[in-house]
Amino acid sequence: MKSRYVITGFIALLAVAPLVLPTFQITLLNYIGMYALVVLGLVLLTGVGGMTSFGQAAFVGLGSYTSAYFTATQQFPVWLEWAAGSPWLALIAGVLLTTAVALILGALTLRLSGHYLPLGTIAWGISLYYLFGTMKNLGGHSGISDLPPISVFGFALEKNEEIYYLIWAILLLAVLITQNLLNSREGRAIRALKGGQLMAESMGVNTFRSKLIVFLISAVFAAVSGWLYAHAQRFVNPSPFGLHMGIDYLFMALIGGVANVWGALLGAGLLTMMKQWLQDILPFIFGDKGNYETIVFGLLIVFIMHKTPGGLWPILMHFVPASLKTKKKLLPAATDKHAAAPDLPRRTQPEKGDLILEARNVTRQFGGLVANKEMNLQVHAGEILALIGPNGAGKSTMFNQLSAVDTPTSGEVLFRGQSLKGISSRQVASLGMSRTFQHVKLLPTMTVLENVAIGAHLRGDRGIISSALHLERAQEASLLKEAERQLIRVGLGDYLYEEAGSLALGQQRILEIARALCADPCMLLLDEPAAGLRLKEKQALAELLDKLRSEGMAILLVEHDMDFVMNLVDRIVVMEFGEKIAEGLPQEIQTNPAVLEAYLGGAE
Amino acid sequence: MNFQIAVLLGQDGITNGAIYALLALSIILVFTVTRILLIPLGEFVTYGALTMAAFQSGRSTGVVWLLLIMIVIGCALDIRNLLKNGYDLRKVQWIILKLAYAGAMVALTQLLTLSEIPMFLQVILTMMLLVPVGPMMYRLFFQPIASAQPLVLLIVSIAVHVAMVGIGLLLFGPEGGRTQPFSDTVFRLGSVMLKSQTLWVIIVSIALIVFLFLAFERTLYGKALRATAVNRMGARLMGISPDFAGKATFALAAFIGVLSGILIAPITTLYFDSGFVISLKGFVGAIIGGLISYPLAAIGAVGVGLVEAFSMFWASDYKEVIVFTLIIPFLIWRSLTSHHVEDEE
Repeated sequence: MKSRYVITGFIALLAVAPLVLPTFQITLLNYIGMYALVVLGLVLLTGVGGMTSFGQAAFVGLGSYTSAYFTATQQFPVWLEWAAGSPWLALIAGVLLTTAVALILGALTLRLSGHYLPLGTIAWGISLYYLFGTMKNLGGHSGISDLPPISVFGFALEKNEEIYYLIWAILLLAVLITQNLLNSREGRAIRALKGGQLMAESMGVNTFRSKLIVFLISAVFAAVSGWLYAHAQRFVNPSPFGLHMGIDYLFMALIGGVANVWGALLGAGLLTMMKQWLQDILPFIFGDKGNYETIVFGLLIVFIMHKTPGGLWPILMHFVPASLKTKKKLLPAATDKHAAAPDLPRRTQPEKGDLILEARNVTRQFGGLVANKEMNLQVHAGEILALIGPNGAGKSTMFNQLSAVDTPTSGEVLFRGQSLKGISSRQVASLGMSRTFQHVKLLPTMTVLENVAIGAHLRGDRGIISSALHLERAQEASLLKEAERQLIRVGLGDYLYEEAGSLALGQQRILEIARALCADPCMLLLDEPAAGLRLKEKQALAELLDKLRSEGMAILLVEHDMDFVMNLVDRIVVMEFGEKIAEGLPQEIQTNPAVLEAYLGGAE
Repeated sequence: MNFQIAVLLGQDGITNGAIYALLALSIILVFTVTRILLIPLGEFVTYGALTMAAFQSGRSTGVVWLLLIMIVIGCALDIRNLLKNGYDLRKVQWIILKLAYAGAMVALTQLLTLSEIPMFLQVILTMMLLVPVGPMMYRLFFQPIASAQPLVLLIVSIAVHVAMVGIGLLLFGPEGGRTQPFSDTVFRLGSVMLKSQTLWVIIVSIALIVFLFLAFERTLYGKALRATAVNRMGARLMGISPDFAGKATFALAAFIGVLSGILIAPITTLYFDSGFVISLKGFVGAIIGGLISYPLAAIGAVGVGLVEAFSMFWASDYKEVIVFTLIIPFLIWRSLTSHHVEDEE
């Protein structure tokens, strides 16, 4: 609760600033506010979503120029004349235009991995900048002047002290919206973009959609900032929308702390103040005027990237005494409220003994290497099947075929009678198959509860807007309640609010099972669930799986721990060199000569 | 447009394209070996051109002080490492050698009357001043974070570029620079005029490309660099120092950059901040080559030069827009061919 006082105090300070500070300082604060709005979008895009953009300045330009074109040029066709002159209509138009442009650019570039995205943003950042400068009806390089001020309820915001309130109100609103969004179902999907895309996809998250959403939000923030900029300056020209400004925005985000919403404010503030100060001081050192502050900024960023890649906000937080920090609780007033939340609806489970998963003559070749050859297996509801075999037998490849991560060269996999050919891992998740990973894939900085809630992604349906406005709290409570229920069920009920990365490896594996269960599956695929577990934990896991089996769950596991397998499972399929060499009950497998030879080597 | 104009534009396009190709090659070279996108490559081009221009106009440049400062800081860091890790005779020799080199450069630039020495020596001196900036840049800015995420490397690369532009303004001032051509000869091929500088650019570019090819295919050091590109850890286990690989590629990239600058300085006027757009066009070529393929990148870069030249004729205002939107089809193609979900660890 204490951080709430800090924020209230901050807002109070902001509110009285124009009454005590000189105009010059207020103008600076206006710039900081407008920059921070763009940087906030970058925090969402780069810090949270893991995508780097150097092109934000171009979106700012789109917002600015649209408004300028609407309100200060007399070039409208007759049928649109009613819309001319109003900054508010221009804002809507600017946001729509920016959304459209961002949709196109996003569709083109967001699927690209690694370096192509930042390079792509540089390319369109430059292109848009040159367009602003060359289009005749946008005034060329001299720009458009005489923009009207924005009016709020008939009151024109002409002076810097007046538009100041609008800028900061919008910025704080954007901060609120961003924070709301991040603490929601959609927000968890967005936070999984950085380092957890494979996992998120197999939990049913459309990662491309999430990327596009973050990209659109950051573009809209930039456009709104541009709109404010145009009407605060009452004049636009291309120069503030060039690539150098796009780089500056990214620098602000990096200096402040790219992973934190408040880092945006800090970064925008610091860079703006420093720029002002350096522009005053450097000409005395270097003798004449010029953009020498870029030398300092460039080297400063290098230094920050070397010493503290997370920016200055985490360092600042380091000095705040622990008693002032509120421990992150996601639920509004926690337990009693969400105990009352309704349960999520469940899918109709198949009857015990129904055929759930079937592999028919599955063959997978990688060039000349046959990783799987004519594999057949069946898993029924209420049954645990183990897939075992020596290292390199092709178990993982088989696992990938079964979970639709990979497609067989020939043969097919049927899940509840439906072929998985051409189906994405996302669709498989929605059909009711849920999986864990051999190398644990979770989001280490998110809480255990949130990690597990990602598993329930497909069981919620409230979108971005209701998340941003927190209109989905009822559903959110149900989702988190389900996550909590599954965590208690697997025995991690004491760790709900710990960071997932702080758990021991064995616990992380269990967490993955809870996450898989959260999807309300009828089939579980477990990749070495017992690896790294201690004896007690193994026993608990065996109990859990036994219970799930009795409830009618179909379970397939790949495992190396023979004790664990032999005492738990119903049937075993043994693989060697990509082929099935044996199938049967545990006792049969233990005495099967082919299996013994594969594991222990035959007597020559 | 008649034939003559087309030839003229084609000549322009190929000249610029050859330069972009050289830059694209060094971008790919640096990227594959170090995973760094060398954005400041363009600054080597402008520094090279403007240093030559300063020599010829008899103005003094501070380039030598930049070199001196970088070497001194680099040596200070080396000495700190020595104190931490214990004495090593070879490293001490290196430090002394580097400091002596910096001293010699200061002496040379102060004692010689630079505007009066032959152009050939001016070129050599420019090279000697600027090429070592490449490895020193790697030493100071990239070596300490060589194993960081690609994104961090990219940001540092941009930051270094931003600082280098500012330093360029400090060293060369806001005025543009243009140098005398290597020779004034003009060739005639039928009705077509060929400027000798154009031939110089093309010949040197081809020679460099062949040289790079031989160096990488036929020498042990070239193979070591390629090994680092394929598998850093593996190369390290085989005794190839990643620090050495980084410095060597940066030296090569600086060499190519500075040479490109010297080559085009007689054709175009360059300013302290012209480098970015030039290197970005190299990047467009490199992207067309998928950041991997040298021949594709070279062809792409020449294509960029040609498109630029011809769009100058048809829609000169939109020249840059056209050039930079060129990469969009390639980005689409890339995004259609790579459809797997990637986790960047």
